[in-house]
Amino acid sequence: MAMKEIIQKNIQTMKWSAWLGWQMESNWTNPFKFLVYTIARPIASTLILVVMYLIITGGITYTDQFHYIYVSNAFFMYVFWVLFGITWVIHDDREHFQTMKYIYISPSNYFSYMIGRTLSKIIITTFSIFITLAFGVLFLGIPLSLTSVNWPLFLGVMIIGLLSLISFGLALAGVSFLTAKHSGGVNESIAGIFYLFCGVVFPVHILPTWAIAFSKILPITYWLELVRRALGLGVGVDTALASISTETSLIILCVSTIIFTIIAFSIFFLGDRLARSKGLIDMTTAY
Amino acid sequence: MKQSGGDILAIPAIEVKNLNRTFKTKAVKRKSKAEIVKALQDVNITIHQGELFGLLGPNGAGKTTLIKILCTLLLPSSGQAKVLGYDVDKEAHEIRHKINMVSGGETSGYGLLTVRENLWLFSQLYGMPTKIAKKRIDYLLKVMGLEHKKDSKVRTLSTGLRQKANIIRGFMTNPSLIFLDEPTLGLDVNASRLIRDFIKNWVKEKPGRTVLLTTHYMMEADELCDRVAIINDGKVLACDTPANLKKLINQDTTIKLEIRQVQDLSAFEGITGVRSFTHSHNITAGITKLKFILDDDATIADIVTAVPKSGSKIVSVEKTEPTLEDVFVTLVGRSLVNNDI
Repeated sequence: MAMKEIIQKNIQTMKWSAWLGWQMESNWTNPFKFLVYTIARPIASTLILVVMYLIITGGITYTDQFHYIYVSNAFFMYVFWVLFGITWVIHDDREHFQTMKYIYISPSNYFSYMIGRTLSKIIITTFSIFITLAFGVLFLGIPLSLTSVNWPLFLGVMIIGLLSLISFGLALAGVSFLTAKHSGGVNESIAGIFYLFCGVVFPVHILPTWAIAFSKILPITYWLELVRRALGLGVGVDTALASISTETSLIILCVSTIIFTIIAFSIFFLGDRLARSKGLIDMTTAY
Repeated sequence: MKQSGGDILAIPAIEVKNLNRTFKTKAVKRKSKAEIVKALQDVNITIHQGELFGLLGPNGAGKTTLIKILCTLLLPSSGQAKVLGYDVDKEAHEIRHKINMVSGGETSGYGLLTVRENLWLFSQLYGMPTKIAKKRIDYLLKVMGLEHKKDSKVRTLSTGLRQKANIIRGFMTNPSLIFLDEPTLGLDVNASRLIRDFIKNWVKEKPGRTVLLTTHYMMEADELCDRVAIINDGKVLACDTPANLKKLINQDTTIKLEIRQVQDLSAFEGITGVRSFTHSHNITAGITKLKFILDDDATIADIVTAVPKSGSKIVSVEKTEPTLEDVFVTLVGRSLVNNDI
């Protein structure tokens, strides 16, 4: 098969699996209710943290610290929903809809199928982040201005960051091939580790020395830092990365993403092979 | 492509040599050892293109395990399995272009999508051109009597209608080889007949189309299959045409006996010349049906003599031709039907 044809087939698989992902996310109710839910969900989840912050600080929202937390949490939605979503696809397809075996034995590439499903998660989450940021600007005084955003840096960082997130998701999918009920716990734990170590709520420098070292090998740490720098929000907060220039951070993000992508792909294909060997592709566990 | 032109049909649709598959079951207690279950033991089967081949066996016999290996869902532990000339382990991708599978007794499908959307999704995952996909989906929806439900969400369908949609999903990609794992399980008589007729016609439509069917229903295998393999405990006990399999016990005598008010069936056990016997009770009518496979006619008298000893009375006696069920009972030692009940 010619390379062009292979690429076309994989793009088609991604397109239709992304379509399926969108249908699964949106098709459970009428469009109006879905719109309300899509707007209310990110705002509600963000407000939990905002209210906690306001109670602790006595209602101060104009500090760099607040902007840092707000922006970091908004973009952390990608981490949570992509990681959670991609492993949930395996669970749902295999045990709930019982379609995984039929997709698996089709000539489409299962890897491409998973990427397609992830893309739909990314699109929906992007909308949620947009809503969250807009809410912050309109009601909480987040000083985000479209003219002050470093767009080339922002777009570049988003592409690399999302690649690294997809890689993490695929690694978890590889693990999910082999696990059943516990997968949910695994991906929540991984998301929790990132939440703690990647400077989402508090700056990395307040962590113990070993934890700072750990956070500095995670691409998500650099991704969030660079997103904040590109948006010009929360940059006054002393993070352990403050001394690293934007260019160096970008290089570290690229290199760590490449390393994690290679590891993640290996885990995915190993999980796939082991699942086929153990007969777990069509496993159902009293869902 | 392994061969060209007319030689393609010379390649076996399925070629299985010394195939073994074991599963390790988890230890229940920490100190107890994990158990090794032999799901398939030295299985050898060759299925030719154009055949409608049946796998008969009780639950746990290894039928589904064999199908899972052949459709690239599961790897063999040892031995070789080829599908349309391709190795199931090393050339899975080539196989996937040419096969499809339908399992019965499950509720697969995306419930939030309509029947048509579900089918469309799979047509696109198989890379079917738009026009052909639309045409085939419409045609098969009509044939399966699902046209009026095409825009209904799958979650609203009954089990039978879901299974029909599942059948369409399997056949719409026009596979060279289709695996049907209990396709009529749990369906009513009319739906089962419709699906059986469809399968028969589908194979006849184009030379080389092959079906591997597993079923619990002997009548279904007898009606549909060119050849049948009887499998039990992971081993193939016999493999031939239904007619030839029946000839295995053709010299034997098969009699059906209906008796009333039976108290003790042990009276029928240990009668010399009885190769096997099965029974079923119709509690409402108070009648017990017994079926005996005998070495020769002389044993009939001994059976009739045993009826009063069992505390019952004869309602009817009938000498019958052997069925596939009788072959199964002779080879496996028990009835598939009784097991299911």
